[in-house]
Amino acid sequence: MSFIKKPRITKGLPQNGLGLSIVDYEGAMSTLCAGCGHDSVSAAIIQAYFELEIEPHRVAKVSGIGCSSKTPTYFLRPAHGFNSVHGRMPSIVTGANAANRDLHYIGVSGDGDSLSIGLGQFCHAIRRNVNMLYVLENNGVYGLTKGQFSASTDVGSTARKGGAVNQQPPIDPVLTAINFGCTFAARGFSGDKQNLVPLLKAAIQHPGFALLDVISPCVTFNDHEGSTKSYAYTRESERTTVYADFVPRREPIETDLVQDVTTVTLHDGSRIVLRKVDDDYNPFDANAATAYIRDHQEQGEIVTGLLYMDEEAQDLHAMNNTPTTPLSALEPSKLIPGAANLAALQKAWR
Amino acid sequence: MKPTDTSDPQYYHKVVDCQWGCPAHTDVPEYIRMIAQGRYTDAYLLNRRSNVFPAILGRVCDRPCEPVCRRVRVEEEPVAICRLKRVAADLADDIRPHLPAIPAKKNGKRIACIGAGCASLTVANDLLPLGYEIVMFEQFDQAGGLMRTNIPAFRLPAPVLDDEIAMIVELGVDLRLGHRIDSMAALLEEDFDAVFVGTGAPRGKELNLPGRQESDRIHIGIDWLESVAFEHTEKIGERVLIIGVGNTAMDCCRTALRLGGESVKVMARKPRGYFKASPWELEDAEEEKVEIIVNHSPKAFVVDGGQLKGMTFDHLEYHMDADGNLQSTVIDEVFLACDDVILAIGQENAFPWIERDLGIVFDEWDVPKVDKVTFESTRQGVYFGGDSAFGPENIIWAVEHGHQAAISIHKHCSSEPLDKRLPHGMNLLSTKMSIHEWSFSNDYDPSNRRQMRHVELKQRFDELNIEVELGFSAEQFVTEVERCLNCDIQTEFTAKLCIECDACIDVCPVRCLTITQNGDKSDLVKRLSAPVTNQDAPFYVSDALPQTSRVMVKDENLCVHCALCAERCPTGAWDMRKSELLIPYAIDEEVAACKRKTG
Repeated sequence: MSFIKKPRITKGLPQNGLGLSIVDYEGAMSTLCAGCGHDSVSAAIIQAYFELEIEPHRVAKVSGIGCSSKTPTYFLRPAHGFNSVHGRMPSIVTGANAANRDLHYIGVSGDGDSLSIGLGQFCHAIRRNVNMLYVLENNGVYGLTKGQFSASTDVGSTARKGGAVNQQPPIDPVLTAINFGCTFAARGFSGDKQNLVPLLKAAIQHPGFALLDVISPCVTFNDHEGSTKSYAYTRESERTTVYADFVPRREPIETDLVQDVTTVTLHDGSRIVLRKVDDDYNPFDANAATAYIRDHQEQGEIVTGLLYMDEEAQDLHAMNNTPTTPLSALEPSKLIPGAANLAALQKAWR
Repeated sequence: MKPTDTSDPQYYHKVVDCQWGCPAHTDVPEYIRMIAQGRYTDAYLLNRRSNVFPAILGRVCDRPCEPVCRRVRVEEEPVAICRLKRVAADLADDIRPHLPAIPAKKNGKRIACIGAGCASLTVANDLLPLGYEIVMFEQFDQAGGLMRTNIPAFRLPAPVLDDEIAMIVELGVDLRLGHRIDSMAALLEEDFDAVFVGTGAPRGKELNLPGRQESDRIHIGIDWLESVAFEHTEKIGERVLIIGVGNTAMDCCRTALRLGGESVKVMARKPRGYFKASPWELEDAEEEKVEIIVNHSPKAFVVDGGQLKGMTFDHLEYHMDADGNLQSTVIDEVFLACDDVILAIGQENAFPWIERDLGIVFDEWDVPKVDKVTFESTRQGVYFGGDSAFGPENIIWAVEHGHQAAISIHKHCSSEPLDKRLPHGMNLLSTKMSIHEWSFSNDYDPSNRRQMRHVELKQRFDELNIEVELGFSAEQFVTEVERCLNCDIQTEFTAKLCIECDACIDVCPVRCLTITQNGDKSDLVKRLSAPVTNQDAPFYVSDALPQTSRVMVKDENLCVHCALCAERCPTGAWDMRKSELLIPYAIDEEVAACKRKTG
């Protein structure tokens, strides 16, 4: 960590359509280890919200416990925030989203927070299709407790010191998410922002649960030769399958993207543009996507990009038939209809 | 692009904008750091090594360092480099014990310096420690040249000037005051091994308009300032017109206010923005209620019965033509009454005392042909420096000319080729103290530039010699020193250590770093984190990075040297290293020559 404040220099900085510059999207100085992948993810998040021209105070950032869960402090200073209990971030977001559907929700979690203590929460938020961006900063290690194997550590990975070899099979967040009906499942790498920022933008605008599993190396405990989540290993093994980009409604799609692209139009008229690298890959077919990811995993490759998308599914609010006005903005008389209405409702079920 | 060679001293030299902008290449960030540490004597001595006259220049330098200061890229105003120099001079102890010892045994070489101004004094300063005998001829009864005659005492008090001149004269200059050289031929007959001409640009330009010769109340600016300096002129009329709007005009108008001028008008031919005066000198004059009248071109002096009545001017209107040149049209004629007129429209060097058959070639404008590196004229052993070499500049240029001429004189006297000069060298040392601690203050201070304190308007006109600027208070300069961005503490990159984690790129407050595929410059600049705004600024490209063979690119123009890249780097690929430019002077040439002889 650093002990000086980051100089706030705005002279000559470009502004987005809201008249904000990128420093308006920054947060406090990070206290994570120098070189942590999570800091790069935070930088990519800052860039994505800046480029999407989302007002920072219209965002709610929620997290649990862990190195990753500290990071919401380091971006979007004016946003709403809730640093919750270990593994319970999905519940908090579900509740907040149910009450106020007008905010943009970002949950930041790690492999421990999501795949160990919070696995049940993770799965159920997916099932409910909560409209949120779920960033899983995946470093395959318990960094905050000094380097034990996590639930995403690959078989055969070694500890940094002491020679321990992991025997337990990992939980793959993307495969898990697709199995539970996730409507947007993608994987990125903290060291590849050219890919990560567009994925974030598409995920933020996706109207439903968007999982972004980001390989984010732990520079202190898991960036060594025996790791499959190091900078070097990820670079060697990364295989980007589908590049995604988000195109706002008012902008035309650039022609150099046109070869072999699929465009998904969102309800507000903006589009997510998918550019496939492998011709035979179909990101709209869950079975095929799952098989593809598994096949390449066996070959030692880390498949990245927008891996699966379901553009038809209904989100939490649609499934529960909630009013379009956020609950937080409803008049008390509508929000609490009173004992007589409750009795009438209960009578209908007898 | 090829990897940048940061071991070339010129690369990091150019990053230190103030030092690059200074003709004498004063190590500005280091002396500011010394002031911050309370090392005022060290700060003075460091200044003196390159600019010789810190107390004088701390008041009247034309400060080419300030407009180029990196601070201007993050806010409006540069660091007050010049006035911090004065802080060092004001607070330094007696520095005489630190001056070089002068050898008792001379080297047998005699050098004549003509004129006792800043250029000649610098030559003496550099050559006396090598055992030279310096004979310095000065037409007036006091040394100092233009610094004494043309700069008013309310900007540069005589004791300050006297002290810094005395420091050099006391080293053993054979100073011949009141000794005017009228013939170069006669001087060359004497037993000198080399002659240095440092006679300045003593001829003020004339304005030959009707009526010019009919009154004695029309003065040439620099001559008039000189006669004020020597107390030959003690008053002026109430209404004064100054013609011209350069720095001499500013000195003339402010002096006129102190000698009885009530209504002092500076007449400018062009609009604001085209003035030659430095902005800060304009500001000081206007603070004293000098009126600046733009768009008036002098037409005639109106003299009635030998008495100056005023001047007529063409009132002009300006517009841009299709080629972007400023064009004027006369809209009417204006008469302005006055008692005195002072002409401050430029000056030039003049050599009526140099015979034209001595092998010293003069060009079509009647100025001597002088080599831009060696300062030698077309006659071996005769050197020119200061304003006499290439026309009016300012003190700091004259000092640099003096340093270079001293090297040439030494080489000439040692029978070595003049053009084989030592190149600049560089020290590059890590400033790392512990994990996140550097031996410099890297915490960015957002304070604005401190405003110089002035003597109250009423009080300052009581006497001609009251210095207007009070200097910075301790509270002011402790803040001002922290505004310096430490451009001499360089971000040195070691490509083979980089793991491409992007930490430096993410934390950089000005987005001056990019990791991208290599390419030629026109291609690379399209892919940078922030657009290039200065094409001439140093541009760093690393060796290929180990993991992806991409390159680290840095636009040095944007960097604020906050060290966050190095603090964030997990592998120490970035390090903050202090670059010290090693500038060779005459004594270094002598040391190098001795080493060559002894092998």
